[in-house]
Amino acid sequence: MLLTVVDEQPGSLDTLGMARTIGTPVAAVAFGTAADGAKLADELVKHGVGTLHLISHELLTDYAPEAFGEALAQLIARLRPEGVIATGDDRGAEVMAQAAARARLPLATQCVSVTGGDPWQLTRIRGGGMLLEDAELTAATKLITVAPGAAGAAEISEVRAVDECVVEAFTPELAPELARTRVVARTTRGDGVSLATAEVVVSGGRGVGSAAGYAVLEELAGLLGGAVGCSRVATNNGWRPHSDQVGLTGTKISPKLYIACGISGATQHWVGCMDAAAILAVNTDPEAPMVTRATYAVIGDVHDVLPAVVAEIRARAGPRR
Amino acid sequence: MTSLPSRADVVVIGAGIVGNCLSYHLADLGWRDIVLLDKGPLPDPGGSTGHASNFIFPVDHSKEITALTLDSMRQYEKLGTITTCGGIEVAREHVRVRELQRRMASAVAWGIEADLLNPDEVAHLVPFMDTSIILAGFWTPSVAVVDPLQTGALLREQATAQGALTVSASTEVTGIRTEGGRVRGVSTDRGDIETETVVIACGVWSPRIARMAGARIPLTPAVHQMIDVGPIPELAATKTEIAYPIVRDMDALMYERQSGPDLEIGSYAHRPILHEPDDIPSLEAAALSPTQLPFTDEDFDPQMEAALELFGPILNTPGAGVRHAINGLLSLTPDGSPVLGETPEVRGLWSAAAVWIKEGPGVARMLAQWMTDGTPEIDLHAADIARFYPHQRTSAHVRARTSEGFNKTYGIVHPREQWESNRQQRLSPFHVREKELGAEFFEVGGWERPQFYESNRGLLDEFGDRIPDRPDEWDARWWSPISNAEHLAMRERAAMIDVSAFAQFDVSGPGVVDYLQRLTMAQVDRPVGRLIYTPILTPHGGFRSDLTIVRLADDRYRIITGGADDARDAFWFTRHLPEDGSVTFTDVTSAVCTLGLWGPRARDVLSAATEDDVSNAAFGFGTARMITVNSVPVLALRVSYVGDLGWELHAPFEQGLRLWDVIAAAGEPHGIVPAGIGVYGTTGRLEKGYRLMGAELDAEYDPVEAGLALPKVKAADFIGKAAYLAARESGPAATLCTLTVDDHTGIEGTPRYPQGGEPVLTLDGERIVDRKGRGSYVTSAGAGPSVGAYLLMAYLPPEHAVEGTSLLVEYLTEQYPVTVARAGRTPLFDPDDSRMKS
Amino acid sequence: MEVLVCVKRVPAPGAKVPLTEDAQDIDTRHLGFTIGPHEECAVEEAVRLVEAHGGHVTVLAAGPPEVAEQLRYALAMGADRGVLVDTGAAELDPEATAAAVVHAIRTLDAEPFDLVLFGNESADAGHYQVGIRVACELGLPIVGGIKGIDVDGAAGDRLRLRRDVATGVEVYEVPLPTAAAVKEGLNLPRYPTMPGRLKARKAQLLTIPFEPAAGGLRKVRLRQPHDDREAAIVLGHGAAAAPAVVDVLEELGAV
Repeated sequence: MLLTVVDEQPGSLDTLGMARTIGTPVAAVAFGTAADGAKLADELVKHGVGTLHLISHELLTDYAPEAFGEALAQLIARLRPEGVIATGDDRGAEVMAQAAARARLPLATQCVSVTGGDPWQLTRIRGGGMLLEDAELTAATKLITVAPGAAGAAEISEVRAVDECVVEAFTPELAPELARTRVVARTTRGDGVSLATAEVVVSGGRGVGSAAGYAVLEELAGLLGGAVGCSRVATNNGWRPHSDQVGLTGTKISPKLYIACGISGATQHWVGCMDAAAILAVNTDPEAPMVTRATYAVIGDVHDVLPAVVAEIRARAGPRR
Repeated sequence: MTSLPSRADVVVIGAGIVGNCLSYHLADLGWRDIVLLDKGPLPDPGGSTGHASNFIFPVDHSKEITALTLDSMRQYEKLGTITTCGGIEVAREHVRVRELQRRMASAVAWGIEADLLNPDEVAHLVPFMDTSIILAGFWTPSVAVVDPLQTGALLREQATAQGALTVSASTEVTGIRTEGGRVRGVSTDRGDIETETVVIACGVWSPRIARMAGARIPLTPAVHQMIDVGPIPELAATKTEIAYPIVRDMDALMYERQSGPDLEIGSYAHRPILHEPDDIPSLEAAALSPTQLPFTDEDFDPQMEAALELFGPILNTPGAGVRHAINGLLSLTPDGSPVLGETPEVRGLWSAAAVWIKEGPGVARMLAQWMTDGTPEIDLHAADIARFYPHQRTSAHVRARTSEGFNKTYGIVHPREQWESNRQQRLSPFHVREKELGAEFFEVGGWERPQFYESNRGLLDEFGDRIPDRPDEWDARWWSPISNAEHLAMRERAAMIDVSAFAQFDVSGPGVVDYLQRLTMAQVDRPVGRLIYTPILTPHGGFRSDLTIVRLADDRYRIITGGADDARDAFWFTRHLPEDGSVTFTDVTSAVCTLGLWGPRARDVLSAATEDDVSNAAFGFGTARMITVNSVPVLALRVSYVGDLGWELHAPFEQGLRLWDVIAAAGEPHGIVPAGIGVYGTTGRLEKGYRLMGAELDAEYDPVEAGLALPKVKAADFIGKAAYLAARESGPAATLCTLTVDDHTGIEGTPRYPQGGEPVLTLDGERIVDRKGRGSYVTSAGAGPSVGAYLLMAYLPPEHAVEGTSLLVEYLTEQYPVTVARAGRTPLFDPDDSRMKS
Repeated sequence: MEVLVCVKRVPAPGAKVPLTEDAQDIDTRHLGFTIGPHEECAVEEAVRLVEAHGGHVTVLAAGPPEVAEQLRYALAMGADRGVLVDTGAAELDPEATAAAVVHAIRTLDAEPFDLVLFGNESADAGHYQVGIRVACELGLPIVGGIKGIDVDGAAGDRLRLRRDVATGVEVYEVPLPTAAAVKEGLNLPRYPTMPGRLKARKAQLLTIPFEPAAGGLRKVRLRQPHDDREAAIVLGHGAAAAPAVVDVLEELGAV
């Protein structure tokens, strides 16, 4: 049996498809109340999943990485599944690592494909995507997280819906001290467009030249309803806050359009923006890696090209006002 | 993407400082269809030009390098890509103060404004330096930083605008096609180009590109470490790239310069870190650039301490960190000079490698002239790629010498200093005897030649009263009074001198007379057995070489030339062979050894060893004959470079030892001594006023000025003839003179001896410059033991080239009175050559 | 406050990441090495915490003897002591790495740490688990993805840890001793000063040899991701390209 960790997040159920490519039967596991479970079960029926293991406990009402991990480890000990699969987002990776550590099981993270058997043959992303690693995973229960985006992309054979998804409740035994790591406060981001979710990102690097140089990027982003990003050079030079940084150690984004201004495209940056649907590079160097890998390119200085583009957009919009 | 033309007049590979400047200068001289390629992107393709520290200190002891640097500075000035900031070389040690004084002499000799400063004066210019640990500073106000990338871009634009240049970046050369030893084309990953001329301006990659055509460019990529420390408020406050003079901390082998808010520190003090051109990472695989490799901290630690000693006041600023640190690659050559000119292996394949930012534009202008006219206006013999002998082109030699030479970059190098590594390459058959006699060997062209013999120390008792002592260590370094004693013994009795380092070429065939006539200034159509001394001129009428030719038969000559420069001569003679095959060239250097026998007793010695008649009547001066010495067949040449009766004895190499032993035995009753090159190359020749290629003779002076014009001009045309005729017409702008030092007493009361390269000044201390703008400097210096004077040679303008004129020579910032003893070629010793001709 | 920072030596690659012939590793012949960016921030944070609250910073790295270079870099940034866990040249799997770190911390047991900092994930292998495994083994609380650390409580015995999530910021409060896995952006690390570098050169490192057992994840080989992108369409040069750019923006529905 394979267990797939699911929640109410969109795309969460994509991992089910990947689980089926490894083996069957596939059951789901989720944290939450009975009501949460019922809602999820309705969805799972459509995905052909007949069993949902619902982990409930008073310490699990808000996110608490240690408690979540311990609870999952206990479920694994009880069910002894062949494998457990979770989405490799921040939280999924953290809970799986906690579970793996507590269950003393190996964990393969950032997987893009897995072939079942013993051991599992898998391919995982290293360095945010700069390399792929083929690896073997040997364990009584094999734990993996799926690289964000990889599960949805996996080819999935047609799913046959089942009649019913049985919710199996599971209450772990959790020591009160595990509550020591839990969220005590939350602030919600203001409106504005967030870098992670923006459909258009206008990003600048060394070629922007200074903190003041970002004004024209801000202006263009404003016109396009997008967010401003930057490369590590800009962060290190103090031109932009780290929260704007796109890249391996910054934010990994997948907008519809990424406009890379004066960014050479070192690996560290590239892995953060390579999932964009389209990339427009503006650079003086026609051979810069960012230019050669982009969808579209303009050869020239950021401070020549962008003001002209802004003016063109305004000119075209003008008559309609 | 630029599309590549299918043919070009010239393909320049490499868009660094040299390739860009060269493309421009070729266009300027009328070349069209020039293609400039680079594997990397523009404006910075990733070579050394992109990370060089870009500063220029114009003063160098080498006339050639200084001339190239000054020419480059004028070019940068014209393009507006130069910022003058001044520079100071500082001394921590007393020996370095002396070196700075020598720099001062070079500055005066080459006409560059400079001054010696005390520590307080240095502190005034660079206030944030701890001057308590320095003794002096050598201040050159014209020191500057340049922008080589912008320079390249501007020059490419200009050449492109003229319609002469096609630039193709990101184009990798995959092969160079040759046919019959000539370049035919270049293959690239974007297509092939047909061309007859290719220039390799690929910096550290040059050997790899040359190998594609079967040629060798002897250089190695080596690491030069650089770090940037900042931000430093004092520097940031200037709000400019460079506001303070650049400091060279000479004794630490380092430099420090402002780079915006940072202090950039570079070092030549670490261990030599050599790379292989094939191992340099690609543009994509390199973290920074192919020539900016990861910094190796451990190599820089001692330098960091040295930098903190001098610049502690700002380097210790809180918050100032090491923001950038690289192991930058630069090109090192076995002798430290650039590698320029047409490769000996492949016609039409030119090297423009191992060039620093400071000399790049000048080198490019000279190369363009060279490629267009056959010769550049600045003499480049020390940078000519043809100077390397086969063993010097090997990777073993390159690695050994560059490892040894790296730390000499800021070192104190004596003009006679010998290399230690990769010696014992070429040994004459006499070597075993010379070792037994305690010879001190100096190297020329890989040959081990005795400079003097320890076995002759006893001669000091005999001649000591005529040999002045040299109490100063520098003056006496790489020198021995034994040389003077050997000289005097030769002049009184006889000496045997190993001159096997001579290069010897046999040229023969039906076309040989015409062939030689075209290359030589002297008439070579002389009777069989005649010796012919002749200058070899450049197309501009300067000196390419000077050498001796023997007519062995109607259709056969032997060319005998000096060991220092004969690889260039071999190149010149082979390059001009007629294409119809009517002349055969054979290098017989390795087949022939040569023993010089000279002195008043030479005839007595030779007579005792041969049955042939060697009387003056039977064997006159200036002739050559085959004789038998004991059982050795010898080609004897009645000639002398030391001004005494005698012969050069040329023997089969394998019988050389036999020849040595026979002459030594025959000479013993006559008091013969072995003598070294100290006599042959310095004392003997200077007394006779003989000129030396590379010292007195170079491409910037003509035979009229050197006093080597011949009474008549031969009818046959020869290279440089038009210029020679013009020079005869216009008369000399300067005349080569022999000067004597009148008083050696230096400021410390001890006698001092100039070593060559010093400026010659008027009695008012003014620099002497001829009408062509050339300053007067000492071309050679050495003792004249038989004339009882210390001799100097220098070119002087007509108003000073008058015997008896009193002048000054500046040595270590002191001025010594000298007198023009001879103007022109007449020697001080035995002026009518009666001894040689007796 | 006694702070331990675990750092990793990682290659600093260019645009292309070359592999060794056996495809087991990145070909680092021409590459430099750095401390992973997350861990560099961890070192900076530790140095700042100790500057503000007293104590010492110990920095620990597991790997081949060459990790000394990264330890010395951290010392040059202001760490007080370096611990080199010599595990040999071969890359370790995450369980083995955790075992090596745990072994070293237990060896250093005489002075217990108030705070153990990790990078959230290594810049090269990216396993996202070593810090958590170590903390679990040592019974320490741990939170990952941390981009803000404040010392809290009257006695200074608690930390407030902040991390960014998609919707905003989550705040955790944990008692000391604790562990945390941090991310770049936590601070802007300083460049080591020259005197700092010289001091670091001379510092004695504590070396702990350890041969960990292999875990259940075995690397078979590395490979380059397939890049099937077509060459970029050049829309023009300089300002003159603006109309073509806006055409594309309209086509993509961005305007």
